[in-house]
Amino acid sequence: MLIFEHSRPERRNYSQFPASTAEIKDIPQKLVRKTPLLLPEVSEMDAVRHYTRLSQKNFSIDTEFYPLGSCTMKYNPRACNSLAMLPQFLSRHPLAPEDTGQGYLACMYELQEILMDVTGMTSVSLTPMAGAQGELIGVAMIRAYHESRGDNTRTEIIVPDAAHGTNPATAVMCGYKVVEISTDKEGDVDMDALKAAVGPQTAGLMLTNPSTLGVFEKNIAEMSRIVHQAGGLLYYDGANLNAILGKVKPGDMGFDVIHINLHKTFSTPHGGGGPGSAPVGVAKRLLPFIPVPVVAFKNGKYHWLTEKDIPQSIGRFSAHMGNSGVLLRAYVYARLLGAEGMHRVAEFATLNANYLMTELSKVGFEVAYPTRRASHEFIVTLKDLKEKTGVTAMNVAKRLLDKGYHAPTTYFPLLVPECLLIEPAETESKETLDAFVLSMKEILTEAHTQPELVKGAPYTTCVRRLDDVKAARELDLAWKQ
Amino acid sequence: MPFIPHTEEDITAMLASIGTNTIEDLFDEIPSTLKSGTLKQVAAGLNEMETSRLMMERAETDGRYLNFIGAGAYEHHIPAAVWQITTRGEFYSSYTPYQAEASQGTLQLLYEYQSMMASLTGMDVSNASMYDGASALAEAVLMAVRSHRSSRKVLMPSTIHPVYRKVVNTIVKNQSIEIVEIPYCSECGHILLESLAPYVGQDIAALVIPQPNFFGVLEEVDALTDWAYKNNALAIGVVNPLALAMLSPPGEWGSNGADVAVGEGQPLGIPLSSGGPYFGFMACKQKLVRQMPGRIIGRTTDMEGNSGFVLTLQAREQHIRRSKATSNICTNQGLMVTAATIYMALLGPEGLRRIAEKSHANTLALIEELETFKGVKRAFSGPLFHEAVLTLPTSADKVLHALKAQGIIAGLNLKEYFPELGNAVLLCVTETKIPADLKKYSKYFGHAIA
Repeated sequence: MLIFEHSRPERRNYSQFPASTAEIKDIPQKLVRKTPLLLPEVSEMDAVRHYTRLSQKNFSIDTEFYPLGSCTMKYNPRACNSLAMLPQFLSRHPLAPEDTGQGYLACMYELQEILMDVTGMTSVSLTPMAGAQGELIGVAMIRAYHESRGDNTRTEIIVPDAAHGTNPATAVMCGYKVVEISTDKEGDVDMDALKAAVGPQTAGLMLTNPSTLGVFEKNIAEMSRIVHQAGGLLYYDGANLNAILGKVKPGDMGFDVIHINLHKTFSTPHGGGGPGSAPVGVAKRLLPFIPVPVVAFKNGKYHWLTEKDIPQSIGRFSAHMGNSGVLLRAYVYARLLGAEGMHRVAEFATLNANYLMTELSKVGFEVAYPTRRASHEFIVTLKDLKEKTGVTAMNVAKRLLDKGYHAPTTYFPLLVPECLLIEPAETESKETLDAFVLSMKEILTEAHTQPELVKGAPYTTCVRRLDDVKAARELDLAWKQ
Repeated sequence: MPFIPHTEEDITAMLASIGTNTIEDLFDEIPSTLKSGTLKQVAAGLNEMETSRLMMERAETDGRYLNFIGAGAYEHHIPAAVWQITTRGEFYSSYTPYQAEASQGTLQLLYEYQSMMASLTGMDVSNASMYDGASALAEAVLMAVRSHRSSRKVLMPSTIHPVYRKVVNTIVKNQSIEIVEIPYCSECGHILLESLAPYVGQDIAALVIPQPNFFGVLEEVDALTDWAYKNNALAIGVVNPLALAMLSPPGEWGSNGADVAVGEGQPLGIPLSSGGPYFGFMACKQKLVRQMPGRIIGRTTDMEGNSGFVLTLQAREQHIRRSKATSNICTNQGLMVTAATIYMALLGPEGLRRIAEKSHANTLALIEELETFKGVKRAFSGPLFHEAVLTLPTSADKVLHALKAQGIIAGLNLKEYFPELGNAVLLCVTETKIPADLKKYSKYFGHAIA
């Protein structure tokens, strides 16, 4: 039932809004709203019940194991939320003077310092509001760098075929042509393809390491040399930073610019699809182009650096300073973990992934890159299963919902057929992983003995398989009276 | 202190299963020359009690002020239920609803949100939100250029929020789009039809129309929208969603309505929080829906015929289209939209309208009071919503500074954005201010300009 269907004319929550004001006479009639506003008219209790019930129709980290590859669904500590929502932080206007926000700015400044250390970069701007915006900013800086040198012949960005879809989409938004390069049998970027692709037209390479195939690009130092020698720059997509937090710094791998998904590695909430936050870090040569604002510390005071201080800055990407409440949550998380805690994140994320990969392999699942170590995630391919039983990766994913698990990422990366990309994250216990393996084993048995059962899944969720085709063909995007 | 549950026994058993001796062995594919390891700038971990102490001290350093700045971020009362429900783990800690059957809560809520925004803006369809108001405008400009096909020129009034204009320039500058600034009338504070005259007959992709504009002044939206229609340009409304409870919505501007409506959703239940996270909204006419960026939720049925919700029109999006996508965006501000939807449900049409009207009345009350001081006057004659520019007989910096010492953040000094206005302050009074607040403001304001 939709909230609109609970609505009754003139049912009102008088405690939530002011009494009527005198008739407004100073606004011309033609500028005044005439059509009724179709918002629900429900009691406060009706609304609370309705949205509480809706929440119960979601899977979430707080309620289920959520091994969604490349998304780093780890526990979001509750303190990060409650401390970012202290009343003084919530009530601070973004344009209030700097001296009324020294506490907040201290957190932002220290977060910049922490992220610089973690990534091995020279400076960090906290402004990007999501991973894709971090990418856009990073590639815009690469462009600004080449243009500042009068080097206008660079028209291409190289992207491995295993990359997130945002990488090529971002390059296009920055006015670049995308050159895709292939992956070798071991899951590494094909070095011959890279060598063939680089040249005086290369503006840069966008890379995720460990890659979306769940393996560490062993040849990263050589890749860095090849791209730099051609005059291009290296962009690090920080989607998989959880795998190397406190182990390897992207700056040491030769990257010139990086974005860090705080909603992954720094455990800020995914919130049903946002808000994200993706600070960008830059190496020295991109420093002049960093987006504003940036927090600086001088004469005992924190203050904003703006276009005046960074005249070559590529500019602003949000009305204020990005998703500052998300940044506060990440700061609290970083302080809770500390240096030692961060070192352990990558270790236990990797331990969990390799353990789960081994155990799934033991019960009969085919691992896509069996000769490789898993990073913090790995891929299972169900190509053979599909050929033998007709059961697809999507079917298995949906059947997992019946067993009380959120599904892994399916059909990504696109180059592994019938794949499940599985990322357990460091916050899950061995018992949870063992129980998941048991359920996966049951599904495998079901696929062979009762394939129709698996194909019909899910059964226990609040709705059965939904018709995507109908949704796109007969568009119903808004309730109408 | 990381959130890691492993016991020594677990670690031993897991390593044995994998067939390695130590956790470090799992990193043996990483060249040893790359292992840097030590984090020197990161302090030792704190426990929750220690972290709480630290954050409370920081928060207390900042204190709480009586705030009269608006300028794109507005303080409104937020019912307690909004964030108590929004931060339920099932909303807070779930991912993008790609697995529809396991995400019906978020999906239905987003469908309800889209329905509410469509009605609020008077448009046919809304997407499931954008990053913020400024980036939503940038995306609307890109969308207009995509759908117009022949022109890459967009008319942008100087009454649009100055930072929004900067953001648009930053985001579209690498796509050879020309943004032409339209000057405002220095007397009335809004755009005059005459200033569009030089562009009649030119090939224009879109005209951007703010309502209210950055000065709080109401634009002549009907005439501007009709101008766009006649000149084969799309009309993009940039609106305060709360204002639409009392003002004519973009879908009804002029004879044909605006084509796209965008704006900052923050007034709908999102705290000021130093600037974010907020959410941008975007709604448009049905014919433009396939050009719209961002996530869109549709209603459909399951295999038993029950109603349900899914992400739809995904063929526009980067994870399918890669380099040919309508945008690189792959997120919305889901949690903020959760709050906004609950906010709108709790207030309903009457509540939203009364908040808008009370904010309007409070603003008028304060500026009328301040105008009684010698040399203080409204900068513009145009009608206003809940913000106004006042020009002062003395240094705006000095006045704002004096009021700050009394715990009042009295407004935004416009000298950086509009130096031509002289000692000008943009101020906003929402429904959150009571008569005693206005009295206090007026008292110390009087002292400061004396």
